[in-house]
Amino acid sequence: MRRSRPAVALVAAGAALALALQACGGDGSGTTSTTTAEFDAAVGKVFNPSDAKGGTLSMANSGDWDSLDPADTYYAYSWDFVRLYGRSLVMFAPKPGAEGTKLVPDLAEALGVPSDNAKTWTYKLKQGIKFEDGTPVTSKDVKYGVERSLDKDTFPNGPTYFNDFLDLQGYTSPYKDPSPDKLGLKAIETPDDQTIVFKLKVPFAGFDYLAMLPATIPVPQAKDTGTKYKEHVISTGPYKFSVNNLGKNFTLVRNDQWDPATDPNRKALPDQIDVALNVNADDIDNRLLAGDLDVDVAGTGVQPATQSKILSDQNLRKNSDSALVARLWYAAINPDVAPLNNINCRKAVEYGTDHEGYQRAYGGPPGGDIATNVLPPLIPGAQKFDLYNVEAKPNGDVDAAKQALAACGQPNGFATNLSYRAERPKEKAVAESMQQSLAKVGIKLTLKPYPQGDYFKLYAGKPDYAKANKLGLMISGWAADWPDGFGFLAQIADSRVIRAAGGNTNLGIKIPAIDQMIDQALATTDLAAREQIWPQIDKKIMEEALILPGVWARGLLYRPPALTNVYVSDAFQMYDYASMGVKQ
Amino acid sequence: MVAYVLRRLVAAVVLLFVVSVVTFAIFFLVPRIAGATAEDLASRYVGKTAGPEQLKEMADKLGFDDPLYVQYGRFAKGLVAGADFSTGPTVEHCPAPCFGYSFITQNPVWPDLVDRLGVTMSLAAGAAIIWLVVGVSIGVLSALRKGSIFDRGAMGVALAGVSLPIFFTGLLALSIFAYNLGWFPPGGSYTAITENPGQWAYDLILPWITLAFLYAAAYARLTRAGMLETMNEDFIRTARAKGLVERTVVVKHGLRYALTPIVTIFGLDLGLLLGGAILTESTFSLPGIGKYAVDAVTNNDLPKVLGVVMLGAFFIILANLIVDITYAVIDPRVRLS
Repeated sequence: MRRSRPAVALVAAGAALALALQACGGDGSGTTSTTTAEFDAAVGKVFNPSDAKGGTLSMANSGDWDSLDPADTYYAYSWDFVRLYGRSLVMFAPKPGAEGTKLVPDLAEALGVPSDNAKTWTYKLKQGIKFEDGTPVTSKDVKYGVERSLDKDTFPNGPTYFNDFLDLQGYTSPYKDPSPDKLGLKAIETPDDQTIVFKLKVPFAGFDYLAMLPATIPVPQAKDTGTKYKEHVISTGPYKFSVNNLGKNFTLVRNDQWDPATDPNRKALPDQIDVALNVNADDIDNRLLAGDLDVDVAGTGVQPATQSKILSDQNLRKNSDSALVARLWYAAINPDVAPLNNINCRKAVEYGTDHEGYQRAYGGPPGGDIATNVLPPLIPGAQKFDLYNVEAKPNGDVDAAKQALAACGQPNGFATNLSYRAERPKEKAVAESMQQSLAKVGIKLTLKPYPQGDYFKLYAGKPDYAKANKLGLMISGWAADWPDGFGFLAQIADSRVIRAAGGNTNLGIKIPAIDQMIDQALATTDLAAREQIWPQIDKKIMEEALILPGVWARGLLYRPPALTNVYVSDAFQMYDYASMGVKQ
Repeated sequence: MVAYVLRRLVAAVVLLFVVSVVTFAIFFLVPRIAGATAEDLASRYVGKTAGPEQLKEMADKLGFDDPLYVQYGRFAKGLVAGADFSTGPTVEHCPAPCFGYSFITQNPVWPDLVDRLGVTMSLAAGAAIIWLVVGVSIGVLSALRKGSIFDRGAMGVALAGVSLPIFFTGLLALSIFAYNLGWFPPGGSYTAITENPGQWAYDLILPWITLAFLYAAAYARLTRAGMLETMNEDFIRTARAKGLVERTVVVKHGLRYALTPIVTIFGLDLGLLLGGAILTESTFSLPGIGKYAVDAVTNNDLPKVLGVVMLGAFFIILANLIVDITYAVIDPRVRLS
């Protein structure tokens, strides 16, 4: 019997489909997975799904950790990693794609219950959670953990959200607390061992995001050694410290007091996790490619030289993932500097800029996507729109720019200064690209490099300095502390965060309507309704032409074949360390 | 001789004091002259969302509001008598010599320096032995066979060694010998000599060779030039005329004379390396003084910077002292003058 050609084609198609289905599956919870090594295999799906426990996961960091103490850490990779040895009230769902930006309970039985117009938030803790020494975790341990995080003299690195939102009533630190149990903070109540109640100064509908912060990881008061606590953090997670040589390396081993029955979020696959610190960044890449190392824990992507090597070699490329990051590289347009105090002059800058040039400065498409508006696509609720013909004319719309200049009363253009961080070659390249493209419409830019360590504190982020020195354009970048409109917009768009003393990341957006919309969002407990407000703020910023969006950043992550159950978390925009395993 | 050494020791202490004052001034006086306030200085040591109150508190905590002489006095007192620091729940005494606590990591500086010194000394000592033996030997042989294929080849390699930066040769060596051939351990490998001497040497072979390659090349060229000049001296001709065997002429008379400038350079090089072999430690991810220094300067972490500078200055001064004493031994004219 012979098969007809269509029949052969049908069988071939069926076989291909079967193979594809075999390679690309799901876990029944809507999460897709794959075992086929290909570019972006761990973006939006789980690569090499596995429940096999064992092995040692080897990680390295090109710098030092800011701190292993949950009260004193502010790096995304650290917030990702801390979940291996600490459990906060809630955490990001351990899933790839957009599902990973949703919060799920961790220590708590459920997400927070708001009351009093979102000024009071109540959490109930699960039963049966213990510290590594077998002591049960109570709500008082969570309260103490938050209390100590408020002490910025002792823990200067951590975020200040709890300082900003809790109704502190003068409370500063448990170390200055005269009460015998050191739990004198009235803004947090613990009516029983399983209940904790937070009382805020102002409504904050997104408080669950604060409950996700490492500061809510419980700390036993009797074991608190202040600045030395980072030498041995008392674990509540699946791993605990067995070795910790500060600044050099540390090792995590299984915590036998961790009960997986209380924790549906962590797979805890490796038996041991080794982390080396202060390792040469190029050496990290070499070791990843050689299979000698499993993860670059910083999660910001490989070095530029390695990026080229990976993208030009199919065998390496198939083991890499281009992770979109909730980060915008942009130029702030300063409305305090004439003639940019005229909206039409600001629009001329928007129209006249070469956006492909901006992207090239960041390494072309591997470095990120051309941004048309402020909110990165990863932020829930973000909408893409294009008010300045960026997609139609990515090299700049000269005619529209000249019309805007005429409307501004500057038909022949104008001169202004552009600041950037001297140590950042990509920002220098952006500055030069903008200088060239805007010159075509008559806008003459004088480039002003400043040291990056003081860029926001003394120069671009200090309003008086920026105005006096006529910094009309200021190259900057911003990443959300968590993927949410508030986490992204509050520090760059709310006028009330601008301080005369400097240190600002809001480089000149002072629109009362935006402040009102932020307040409105903070009081909106309905998530869907809240997520409608963020794009409105984005549109307002773009209509006012206060930000020139450059690039929505990407990072090229290398995924050694030995890794199992690996995926890019949209919450951290790097591999999810709490789910990852390694082949033995 | 004793008076000579004592004189040099007193001068060394004065020099260390001057170094500490200058370093302190660079980090505190210069920003103030440029208009920075106490809060501006403190802003480097707080989180990115810190408000004005936190800036004020941090400025108070770090003492930036105090006059400069008070701040320097506090630092100097810590060096001599130790100091107390708050960890939050307790107050901890930092014994002398106390360089203070890192503004960033809040770890005490001196134990960190002592801890890292072992790595740097291991690296510097091993590499120094290799480059001295290899560099001087090649230099002597090249001088004795001037114009030969060996001489030209050796000087060609030496030129390459001097020209190639360590971050290139180091990464290349790691890539070939550690990751492709697997003969040596990867970057970041270090075992203390007290734990396992064999492993210590094995971990450091690549960094030693890489660092020694750079220095041996320079020493070979220097020795060759010195030997060529020496071997034409009258006293060499006299030695030969006395009927001494050529080996004695070269080693006892020629090399001894040519070694004088080598000893000077060696002392300075070793002193500098003990203050931190920055590039080698960074390339091989060795947790030594050099890597510590880079982190300190990058983060404007003054107590760490002061600690590293003082330690580096100490070793350079010590090396100079040893060189001067060695001079006196090699060349009695120095002692007499």
